[in-house]
Amino acid sequence: MRYLPLSDLDRAEMLGVIGAKSIDDLFVDVPAAARRPKLFDLPLHAGEMEVERTMARLAGLNRPAGAGPFFCGAGAYRHHVPATVDHLIQRSEFLTSYTPYQPEIAQGTLQVLFEFQTQVAALTGMQVANASMYDGSTATAEAVMMAQRVTRRSRAVLSGGLHPHYGAVTQTIAHAEGMQIVRLASAIDAEAAVIQAIDADTACVVVQNPNVFGVVTDLTPIAAAAHAAGALMVVVTTEAVSFGLIRSPGEMGADIAVAEGQSIGNGLNFGGPYVGLFAAREKHVRQMPGRLCGETVDAEGRRGFVLTLSTREQHIRREKATSNICTNAGLCALAFSIHMSLLGEAGLRRLAALNHSRARELAAAVAAVPGVTVLTPRFFNEIAVRLPGDAAAAVEALLADGIVAGVPFSRLEPGAGLDDVLLLAATETTTSEDIAALTAALTRRTH
Amino acid sequence: MRFTKDHEWVELSGDIATVGITAYAAEQLGDVVFVETPEMGRAVKAGDALAVVESVKAASDVYAPISGQVVAANAALAEAPDTVNAQPEGAGWFAKLKITDLAEFETLMDRDAYQAFLGSL
Repeated sequence: MRYLPLSDLDRAEMLGVIGAKSIDDLFVDVPAAARRPKLFDLPLHAGEMEVERTMARLAGLNRPAGAGPFFCGAGAYRHHVPATVDHLIQRSEFLTSYTPYQPEIAQGTLQVLFEFQTQVAALTGMQVANASMYDGSTATAEAVMMAQRVTRRSRAVLSGGLHPHYGAVTQTIAHAEGMQIVRLASAIDAEAAVIQAIDADTACVVVQNPNVFGVVTDLTPIAAAAHAAGALMVVVTTEAVSFGLIRSPGEMGADIAVAEGQSIGNGLNFGGPYVGLFAAREKHVRQMPGRLCGETVDAEGRRGFVLTLSTREQHIRREKATSNICTNAGLCALAFSIHMSLLGEAGLRRLAALNHSRARELAAAVAAVPGVTVLTPRFFNEIAVRLPGDAAAAVEALLADGIVAGVPFSRLEPGAGLDDVLLLAATETTTSEDIAALTAALTRRTH
Repeated sequence: MRFTKDHEWVELSGDIATVGITAYAAEQLGDVVFVETPEMGRAVKAGDALAVVESVKAASDVYAPISGQVVAANAALAEAPDTVNAQPEGAGWFAKLKITDLAEFETLMDRDAYQAFLGSL
């Protein structure tokens, strides 16, 4: 089908029917201050070759994470994704299927979601998991709103170790639900500080493990304090590979566990699409957001899968639904599940141990750089370090050496007074040569 | 016992009103699988959403037939929501309200009026 744009005559005829003089007349209700007086200054149409040339030039400005030493983490991690994952998710049965609206006819899709949920529940140590959320940050916001429904309280306390972007997303989404979001000031090793902020109106505390500074914390005392006050504990994890090594949120008393699942099976993808993991205690299942896939038997006793507890969802409950989400990150969830299946439990543990050992090598090497202090006392695969000067400037300088030297904390939260703090991550993709290049460049640049 | 056009019933004992859904409503809903009862102490006005009843067919709000404060919720429905089908106008009650305005009760339909109303549907 060809796209035939409207002619001036077509437009004039249509405007005549509704009695408007011009297209602009249709927008008179929008205040003038909010309108642009003229079009954006965009280039005009061009031929295929010119477009290709321009796009290739722009693409050349990108620097792939694999192009050299790369130490960025802080919510998005570079891991090896086996070729099998990409091969399988590109099967058209998976790639082109949309969220099932007549679900039971799509048994394959439902089985994938069921396996995904089973894996998420096992990893987080929780009883029920949903079919995925958009990403870790929106899953966090959904968890906070779920805590409001469960406790019928409307105050949420966010720890100073929560990724600042997660805090901002939670604030944006939850304030529209009438919630009071209390964000504690960013602090490196202070998850337990949420305990002092719990009061009788607190629906939940939100803690991250490992936190945005890489710190691993025993959350058990926080869970005890929250529960004693009738509040829930929400545990956020941005690095899903850490589930292979660290005690699970469920084991530490979490009522809701959310995570970013990108690390398993998904590339960096320019920051998205990613996949949010969401799991909870079974007693709260009816307050969960999102789709839930269940296992059942058909009339002849054969195993089958259904979408279940749909009455929580907006196509049935309308404005009283538990969430406005009506889909899930299906393809990214599939990639997660395929990679998890390839790893298995033992494989995930080995992968996690490998990540931790690479991070230990990184921490030891960076600590030996004069003027650099490692700030993270207990870590998985990420550390925060203090540089002698501005971290953003150092990262910019090291880029000239072909090294992507991590994420300056000021990039996540300007004005937090942590401008000299640099977040560094190491994964199984990080080599000893990468680490040596980083420390050599840091030594050179900071002196 | 008095009734509303939304198929709730209310029975008065002193200033305590017991609220549930009618046998007709329970039959229309089909098998009840979940009931969300109100929290204690909540003050409701007549017509406010009081509880949620969920069946295999639908999820519906249950409205307060009369103004008052929630003083009891039927905890047994959590384990046995099918009580609403078995004994809708008895053991399948949803909540008890402490009421202040007896006049509201008098404005509701009695059984004959409710039967006539059902006949008109």
